[in-house]
Amino acid sequence: MTHDTKHAHKVIDHATGTAKVGHEWDGIEELDTPLPRWWLWTFYATIVFALVYVVLYPAIPMLHSASTGTLGWTSRGVLAGDLAHEKAEHQAVRNAIAATPIEALAANPALQRAAIEGGHAAFKVNCVQCHGAGAAGGKGYPNLNDDDWLWGGDLATIQQTLVNGIRYPGNDATRSSLMPSFGRDRILTAAQVQDVVSHVRVLSKQDPANAASRRGAQLFADNCAVCHGAGGEGNRSLGAPKLSDKIWLYGGDRASLTNTVTNAHAGVMPAWTGRLDPVTIKMLAVYVHSLGGGEVAPAPAAPAAGAAQ
Amino acid sequence: MNAQDPIVSAPLYAKRTGVFPRKIDGPFRRFKWLVMAVCLAVYWGTPWIRWDRGPHAPGQAVLVDLAHRRFYMFAIEIWPQEFYFVAGMLIMAGIGLFLVTSAVGRAWCGYACPQTVWTDLYQHVDRLIDGDRNAQLRLNAAPWTPAKFARRMFKWGVYLGIAFVTGGAWIFYFADAPTLQREFWTGTAAPVAYACTGILTFTTFWLGGFMREQVCIYMCPWPRIQTAMLDENSLTVTYKHWRGEPRGSLKEAKGAASPLGDCIDCKQCVAVCPTGIDIREGPQIGCITCALCVDACDKAMASVGRARGLIDYCTLVDAEREIKGEAARPVVKVLLRPRLIGYFAVWGGIGLALLFMLGARERLTLSVARERNPEFVQLSGGAVRNAFTLALRNMEDRPRTLRIAAEGLPGAALYTDEMAPGAARARVDVAVPADSTAKVRLYAVVPAASARPQDFALTATPLDGEGRTPRRETHFAAPGSEHEEEEHD
Repeated sequence: MTHDTKHAHKVIDHATGTAKVGHEWDGIEELDTPLPRWWLWTFYATIVFALVYVVLYPAIPMLHSASTGTLGWTSRGVLAGDLAHEKAEHQAVRNAIAATPIEALAANPALQRAAIEGGHAAFKVNCVQCHGAGAAGGKGYPNLNDDDWLWGGDLATIQQTLVNGIRYPGNDATRSSLMPSFGRDRILTAAQVQDVVSHVRVLSKQDPANAASRRGAQLFADNCAVCHGAGGEGNRSLGAPKLSDKIWLYGGDRASLTNTVTNAHAGVMPAWTGRLDPVTIKMLAVYVHSLGGGEVAPAPAAPAAGAAQ
Repeated sequence: MNAQDPIVSAPLYAKRTGVFPRKIDGPFRRFKWLVMAVCLAVYWGTPWIRWDRGPHAPGQAVLVDLAHRRFYMFAIEIWPQEFYFVAGMLIMAGIGLFLVTSAVGRAWCGYACPQTVWTDLYQHVDRLIDGDRNAQLRLNAAPWTPAKFARRMFKWGVYLGIAFVTGGAWIFYFADAPTLQREFWTGTAAPVAYACTGILTFTTFWLGGFMREQVCIYMCPWPRIQTAMLDENSLTVTYKHWRGEPRGSLKEAKGAASPLGDCIDCKQCVAVCPTGIDIREGPQIGCITCALCVDACDKAMASVGRARGLIDYCTLVDAEREIKGEAARPVVKVLLRPRLIGYFAVWGGIGLALLFMLGARERLTLSVARERNPEFVQLSGGAVRNAFTLALRNMEDRPRTLRIAAEGLPGAALYTDEMAPGAARARVDVAVPADSTAKVRLYAVVPAASARPQDFALTATPLDGEGRTPRRETHFAAPGSEHEEEEHD
């Protein structure tokens, strides 16, 4: 089609009968094989396609955004659609989980698996900030993998803790207890605090008994045993930690224990009701229970336990 | 610049010259029919072959089950992690093309390429509807009358029908064919099935019905690659110019001063060529070596009582020997050259290796992923617990129960996330359904006395006692193991 004068006349290669481009490098010349005509039409078709595309879809960059396109397509819209689609896909499973009592989920392995997966996903968004990605916790934040539970580790109890939180202001049913700051509030003298710490170190088999611990034993019986038990076995109804085991929320060394007895700790967990829907909370409870330390409900529901295998 | 090159006006773009090949019969044409019939029958019929794999797997002999990530080929079932078998077969196909190309030239292009098969089929449709070459040329040049329009519409309708029936059949490789066919016609098949059928129908219709040789000459990279693979010992369709030239009709031969060559310039070789080239101009990219011109020329030579083979399959080496008056080499000698033997050895070696691996592959496997966050959990009584995620793959079509045990981890008690910790014991049984993977989160508890970092192995013994027991080495992490840990993994 193009008739510019430069290309109007071409030299034809003798051997092939094809026009030459006119370049020559050390005697090697380039042939100018004509493109097929349909190739040109294909090129025009791509131009037409591009014009249509620019009108239909966001394409032209402006100062603050891009042209919107007549179809109204946005990548955010696609994401919203995908999310809605996923939500609809999950709705049947969520309904089934909602309709099943939490203890009965184990009887339906597929549903339990779904609950664990759903709980894992919710955990990654809502819980890892304090309890860590692997639920191993940290100082002041309980490790959810182990077999030591402050308030109880069966499904219903975990769910209850999630729903109402711990020492969470504004929730009437929240788990609540308060250890006195024995040192700071002068209930015990500094020397007495050291004696109590010595006794706790003996209870947890970290130190052998000595004179200080024997003095501390009486102080412990008078001040601590009411919540932590005479042998330091703890009390779950009060969230009083077991002191005779290997697990310490705020550290089991002498300095940490001294700090705890002196100032006390009162960790807070939010009540998740209102923030998360009941099904998500239920799935979170199942997930946390599945992390290896989950307990069987103590009361008559015992036969359901262990039957999963 | 060569002084003898004439200067002419040359277009930037070339209009396609229509190709209307004449019908021809002969040994190569019959061979081409046979190859076409076999190729189309294999392509079309394969999805409909049934194969009983029991109740847990599909009953279709060849099935690419993308949704469940399984690849079935008669007795072979391939899982995603065994995809190297497919990769191996693709490599074999590639090297097979190298082998065929260096042995017999562009035989793939001439006979077996889908583009060739469908173009051939559509050119036959042209001849059935519009008549042979001359009738087609006349109709092509004729003005657009209602009669021509009706005839064209009818022919394109037939094109479309063939494209739908053949191109559309591709979807049956990806789902149960009888079910999909029923769903397809009742409008209940997956949208992707209709989209796939639509696209393949259109490409078959367009590439086979209209683009034809343009695909081979302009679009396909394979002719170019083959050009690099051909050597002086590869078979190409050769016009034996030393025998044919100077060409001239019988009438011209009578009036000629000196005797002419064997070529009577009847142009039958050009008339039958499906890509519209003149083979007498020498080897060229447009020649797909289908040898229809050989058939045409042999027929012409027979009609004038001359020896066949003026156009024939010939290697460059043999062409030069014939020019010098020597006899062509025997076929065996041409084929038994180091390059071909090398290709064949590589091709056959990969094939044997694949067969060996197919025979030796495991149908029951165990993978172990150690939990690293946290690496271990301190339990209240002093014991230490590790967590592992096991993937148990049962690739057989029967459910199996596997007994998981820890080897070399004294005192270890195991339980899964579906068991209560109190039920922990030395061995746990896991049921794996037929033809599936069971994912199990396994907890191993080691008492305080022996809780130290150590290597051990997990085993999964099938309770049916058949086959090998998969075993995986792994590590038990315990307090104080951080440093060793880094060295370890």
